[in-house]
Amino acid sequence: MKTILTIIVVATVVLVAVGLLGAGQTKTGTIGFASGAVLPGLTTKADTPEQAVTNLLKDVQKRRWNAAYEALSKTSGVDEQTFREEWQGSNGSLRTFSNLEGSELRPVHATNDDAQIRARLRWTTPVGPTEDVRDFHLHRESGIWKVVWPKQQVESVPAQVVPVTYLRWDLVTGDGKDEWGARNIDPPHVRIVSMNAVNSAEGSVVMGEVVNEDTVPAFVNVNATLVDGAGNAVDDENSFDKIDHVLLPKQITPYRIDFPGIDLGKVKNVRMDIKASLVPASADPVIGVMDQKIEADVQGRSVLRGELLNQSGQTVNIPHVIVSFYDNNGKVIWVSDGYVDRALQPETSEPFSVDIPRTLAGKVQSFHVVVNQYSLGKS
Amino acid sequence: MSWSTNTVWANRRMRRLLRNGSGIVATLSLAGGMCAAQDLRAPSAMTAGEAATISTTGSGKATFYLVGPGVANKSDISLGSEISLRAQDLRDSGQYFATLCSDSCHSASFFVMPAKPANLAFLVHPSRVPVAASDAVSGVAIAFDQFGNLVRDPGTVNFQLTAGKASLLSRAVTAHDGIAWFRATSGKSAGPLQVVASLGDLSARRNVQEVASEPCNLRITGQRTKDGLMVETEPVHDCAGNPVPDGTIVSFTATDASGKSTVDAPIKRGIARAEIAASGPVVVSVASGVAMGNELRMGGGQ
Repeated sequence: MKTILTIIVVATVVLVAVGLLGAGQTKTGTIGFASGAVLPGLTTKADTPEQAVTNLLKDVQKRRWNAAYEALSKTSGVDEQTFREEWQGSNGSLRTFSNLEGSELRPVHATNDDAQIRARLRWTTPVGPTEDVRDFHLHRESGIWKVVWPKQQVESVPAQVVPVTYLRWDLVTGDGKDEWGARNIDPPHVRIVSMNAVNSAEGSVVMGEVVNEDTVPAFVNVNATLVDGAGNAVDDENSFDKIDHVLLPKQITPYRIDFPGIDLGKVKNVRMDIKASLVPASADPVIGVMDQKIEADVQGRSVLRGELLNQSGQTVNIPHVIVSFYDNNGKVIWVSDGYVDRALQPETSEPFSVDIPRTLAGKVQSFHVVVNQYSLGKS
Repeated sequence: MSWSTNTVWANRRMRRLLRNGSGIVATLSLAGGMCAAQDLRAPSAMTAGEAATISTTGSGKATFYLVGPGVANKSDISLGSEISLRAQDLRDSGQYFATLCSDSCHSASFFVMPAKPANLAFLVHPSRVPVAASDAVSGVAIAFDQFGNLVRDPGTVNFQLTAGKASLLSRAVTAHDGIAWFRATSGKSAGPLQVVASLGDLSARRNVQEVASEPCNLRITGQRTKDGLMVETEPVHDCAGNPVPDGTIVSFTATDASGKSTVDAPIKRGIARAEIAASGPVVVSVASGVAMGNELRMGGGQ
């Protein structure tokens, strides 16, 4: 009887220990602590640079901010609040609505005491999955690899009053008591100025540009229907978020319509349909796009980089960049877009980059960048 | 089948069809061919909304049916007297059928014409139009009487287009099938365009907003600031000299050694203005919609 009790006690202790250690190492799921500090001694010791980054990302994924911050190198020049905001986002930015889903690590270089690891971070966001490539610098301290977190240079904007001559269009709907035909207001006059259909790796893509030719703002949406040789509709899609929906007078926006899994060879005709309606709108904020340049990123891909400069006095929560790329004949050969995961503060700038497909990079001669924006509390 | 049997059968069939509201013409022609004991005489044309009478012959009691657009009445009458049709039963223009049934049925049809025009429906398109656009403004006038009947022959409709104090168009158009229309070129000045259609004492007024056309001779000036460039347009006008409305987007593009910078700035108080971060020699261009402007070249020291 005594022997059986001893066996039960030992087995229980072993199972509890295995369970606790396993919770810190599980690949998926959130068993254990979803946030707050981790139990000391349960995180795998960072014997290698990869392990140190893995531990950090695991802590970030599970929102164990204290543990993540404590594991940084002492040479890091960042305070915990700033570190946390970099991962969690702030000011209603896209990052505040995002979660780190996973990562892939690749060593760039390593010595006995220093290393650099490149991580491809996969995020889930309300606008779909996004990827982010980040280089981590590591330093070995007392035999343990630690991530060195650089201090971000946050642009300091002095307190000021930004005068805005507020341009805004409102819609007044009547009470319907007037006689027939007395209060018709036409929808805005918009026009598709270019259209190009191409095959891509994912399927067919229809793209081009739209201009608002009217003197009032327009809410636009572009639909395309692919038609086969027999005149039957193959598929019907719209531009969804690959367009700046609210166009001010004389504004031009790129649009892109994706038809996943459809071979353009089977398509005989493309029917385009643009819908425009009156919409209340504001001419602010004005966002400048500075220092636009096509260059190679750290992975060797062609990207268009630049900086968004918020020239107004209000915060832009989620900036969205849409770019049309032209060949040497001025034809739109691709439309790319990308969201900036940090909010754009008044009078400050944020970097952006959008991809250019490898097959088209050599053909791009010029480009046109449009900035769409979503701000909390505004339609 | 005897004559009397045939008549009774026909009367039953007609009453059933009247109840059902169908087969009017077939029934009346059948009834009209069978009985001459009583008769009714209706005027060939009446006017909507006006009372009228139908005279009858014969003696005794009969049942009177009135069927027309928007009305189906049944009443008992005395043969030989006049049947009064109330104005409210004759409001809708179109063909009416009057049927008198005693031993047999007899019918007549008559037409109710629209009353005089009392309302002018006037549709003008578009509500906004660029200046000097050919055949860009159109209007359609349709006359109705006070009961909403289309007046097919209203006469001549006068269209007048006035921008400010200047008359752009004055045209008399004869209506066909009740419809008169015009098409005209917009004026050269931005502002409200009054469009009036008149028919006798009636008139209808609509407003079309004439707006500036595409920007023309877009020109920019610029100067260096401590952070880069401040560029602005001269007051933006179209080719007819009308100021382009505030809010219109003007795109500034600056190209220097560090790349290309663009700012889409709205026109405010006639001028679009942008701050662009640029250093060294720089070329600034400007466009609004599909209209291009001049290029500005600034050296590094300027």
